[in-house]
Amino acid sequence: MRYLPLTDADRAEMLDKIGVDSVDALFEDVPEKARLDGTVDLPRHKSEMEVERQLTRLSRKNISASEAPFFVGAGAYKHHIPSSVDHLIQRSEYLTSYTPYQPEISQGTLQTLFEFQTQVALLTGMEVANASMYDGSTACGEAVLMACRITKRSKAILSGNLHPHYAAATHTLAKYMDIEIKDDAAKPGGLDDIAADIPDDVACVVVQNPDVFGQVHDLEPIAKAAHEKGALLIAVFTEAVSLGLMKTPGAMGADIVVGEGQSIGVGLQFGGPHVGLFACRNDRNYIRNLPGRLAGETVDADGRRGYVLTLSTREQHIRRDKATSNICTNSGLMTLAWTIHMSLLGDTGLRTMAQLSHEKACELADRLSAISGVELVTDAFFNEFTLRLPKNAADVVEALAEKGVLGGVPASRLYPGKGYDDLLIVAATETNTDSDLDAFEAALKEVL
Amino acid sequence: MAMNTQGRPSAPLHTPDPGAYDDTFSGSRGLDQAEPLIFERQTYDKSGVDFEAPKGKPSRLGALERTDDLGLPGLSEPEAMRHYVRLSRKNYAIDIGLYPLGSCTMKHNPRLNEKMARLPGFSDVHPLQPQSTVQGAYELIGELAHWLMTLTNMPTVAMSPKAGAHGELCGMMAIRAALDARGESHRRRVLVPESAHGTNPATAVQCGFFCDEIPAGPDGRVDMEAFKGKLGDDVAAIMLTNPNTCGLFERDIRAIADAIHEAGGYFYCDGANFNAISGRVRPGDLGVDAMHFNLHKTYSTPHGGGGPGSGPTVLSAALAKFAPLPFVIKDGDSWRMVEDEADAKAQGAEPFGRMVAFHGQMGMFTRAMSYMLSHGADGLKQASEDAVLNANYILARLKDVMTQSYDGLCMHEALFDDRFLKDTGVSTLDFAKAMIDEGYHPMTMYFPLVVHGAMLIEPTESESKASLDRFCDTLEALALAAKAGETERFTAAPRYAPTKRLDETRAARQPVLRWTPASADTKAAE
Repeated sequence: MRYLPLTDADRAEMLDKIGVDSVDALFEDVPEKARLDGTVDLPRHKSEMEVERQLTRLSRKNISASEAPFFVGAGAYKHHIPSSVDHLIQRSEYLTSYTPYQPEISQGTLQTLFEFQTQVALLTGMEVANASMYDGSTACGEAVLMACRITKRSKAILSGNLHPHYAAATHTLAKYMDIEIKDDAAKPGGLDDIAADIPDDVACVVVQNPDVFGQVHDLEPIAKAAHEKGALLIAVFTEAVSLGLMKTPGAMGADIVVGEGQSIGVGLQFGGPHVGLFACRNDRNYIRNLPGRLAGETVDADGRRGYVLTLSTREQHIRRDKATSNICTNSGLMTLAWTIHMSLLGDTGLRTMAQLSHEKACELADRLSAISGVELVTDAFFNEFTLRLPKNAADVVEALAEKGVLGGVPASRLYPGKGYDDLLIVAATETNTDSDLDAFEAALKEVL
Repeated sequence: MAMNTQGRPSAPLHTPDPGAYDDTFSGSRGLDQAEPLIFERQTYDKSGVDFEAPKGKPSRLGALERTDDLGLPGLSEPEAMRHYVRLSRKNYAIDIGLYPLGSCTMKHNPRLNEKMARLPGFSDVHPLQPQSTVQGAYELIGELAHWLMTLTNMPTVAMSPKAGAHGELCGMMAIRAALDARGESHRRRVLVPESAHGTNPATAVQCGFFCDEIPAGPDGRVDMEAFKGKLGDDVAAIMLTNPNTCGLFERDIRAIADAIHEAGGYFYCDGANFNAISGRVRPGDLGVDAMHFNLHKTYSTPHGGGGPGSGPTVLSAALAKFAPLPFVIKDGDSWRMVEDEADAKAQGAEPFGRMVAFHGQMGMFTRAMSYMLSHGADGLKQASEDAVLNANYILARLKDVMTQSYDGLCMHEALFDDRFLKDTGVSTLDFAKAMIDEGYHPMTMYFPLVVHGAMLIEPTESESKASLDRFCDTLEALALAAKAGETERFTAAPRYAPTKRLDETRAARQPVLRWTPASADTKAAE
């Protein structure tokens, strides 16, 4: 077996040193009834060639995003990732290291985390950020719990235009925590009137921008209304690239900003691993209540600058049942991919990438909504918009796939049974070519 | 003086005094390069990514368009390569040396797995593509689920949890849902051994439970009398790691399972240490109701400096129907993802909810599948046996010079405490830092909490006998040095790492969590 270095001679010599006759003796504490004769009922070991053949065959049953004109979004977006990103994250020193609990031999990971936290703070217009969460949806749930701890209140209001998976993950996380969560009604192309009537005892209001239908919003009036009632505004994004062109949530008054970072450096990955971004105000009460790991600056015994994981008295391995969250492992390697890609982009690259995505989406929206019977539902958007079709959108998506076009997400897949059967959510990015747009337009005309 | 054939001195002309010239002008030290933060380069007008030129059409964002800059520096590709390669060299890694972190299973990460995970049909696929276009992805999830259920002899596995702690949450929420369905919501007490991972109590609390600690007996296992004394009709579950965090198999595990079931509670098993028994013992045969895997431990998906993990969670027949959304099913000849509650109910399920957007850590599934196919049933069993053998070999070699915490054999990790350092002036922390100077990553220290100054060593099956011998020789020499009074070797350690010992207290007392431009403070003052 190519991964096991011990030889039979080694094993015999080692058993001898231990002072037992056989390896079975090492398992003597296992109850007799639970001891297996032989092996479990699964195939025997395989060579690299055999495994590669088997998994490649399986992978070919999927249509990948690069094989077809691709316009699927709704929480995960296909963007170009420079080749150097994947090369760097496969360096052994990053790929095969553990959580940096021994800082003297983990400065590589720790400095990149410190840079990551700074970049996330700058991107969101916030003061501080943590070292990542699993993904955007769990970051959203954790933000609601954090807001409840900060305000010492136990109610939250979720915008109806928050990605339904994010809303569901938040409900699940809060389910047994005595937190009452109110879901506003969804409003494609607009925004539920979340700011109008915020009760006095609400910990936070949660608003996604751009929302799940693609519509963009001014968060400032919502922040103002929330703050008047002593509630926090949690701003959510699923498309990090939108911040390349849009006002930051921090500038619009958000108190906590969470989102999915997958667009930068990570890729689609069929939904995971992704990387959750989490930023907030630099206030003692906020920092104390943050979930997840934090890298911080310090000095070594010679007074030289270095980095460590810090403020871990919030965390489960120290605080146990009083921890701010049970999270341990986060998205380490994905934060590295994210921070490398962001360092390559810089302000100018990010803005260009965002501008191209926006332009392609605008052109596509114009062309598709010019088709007879098709109506553009979202009037202001970044790179994602919603169309009302004269037919069932789920059927249209299947028919488009048969024509080799991956043409978006039917809203009914996210809001089953809510009467959105004719709505199609479409995303475009800088990766879409003119011929992709032509193909989509032509295929949609044929299908409708 | 020795000269080579070109007449150049082949040995230093003189040996400088120790301590002289221990600084350099550049801040670098040979291959250890000083590397500033990217923000300190102040390169705001540069990018390492080329794009086509935007057409320059007016945006449709109106007043929501940002006019100011974010302040994100950009690097050209050569600058970025150098920055991240230089930083990488300040990290220890499995590919560099033995990584004996107990409870973490730092085994070799096969590169075939990386290649398989990067097949475009797995990595470049969107989770919300039409289901007809992702049949291979669903099939892989279904196949991995089959392996995990077979290895545990359990009827169901929830695939979506994102890491071990998320899997714990999944299992404990299923238990909470089952209790609620039985009309026994009053059961809120969860029994947790004092040796448990911190995630166990943190998770229990997130499910609305509270924790009651069970003490360890003198043999490092659950104190059965104390455990039985805590059973009652308010008990929801026991959370038990097996093998436990002392590296010992809970030999009374079936009696524990029977007792908790008889008392009306459920048995959650923390699967962090599954590498000791994978392919050799099936938790379903031990009476377990729920157990998470750490695919990033047992099945070799890389730890990546702190993630991503993946925590599929097997559930017993009593809990199966409460498994979270979404899940894949075989529907005739094709595969299907059940994504909403109505569809799940039609399948007879009562999911407690959805834990995450999309379907879990596909990239980790692919890697774990590649690992499992490579090993097969025979290789997985052999891997566990070698992991246990390696740990026992370390125990046998070091127990006379260090202090073993509990008598007898161990499973896949060997636990020592600091009694052998008594009166030496050397702490567990000092001992660990001295290991860094010897070229090793320290073992897990000060965990589990049940012994004083714990040192938990898990070598995994990836180490050769020669590697273990070198490691044991080194630890033996260190232990003897400590006893011989070479205190400074330890208290001044590490001396040969990229940094000296870092001040963690200062980091926590005066938190600096991001870079800020020095000039910003001046501007704020104005």
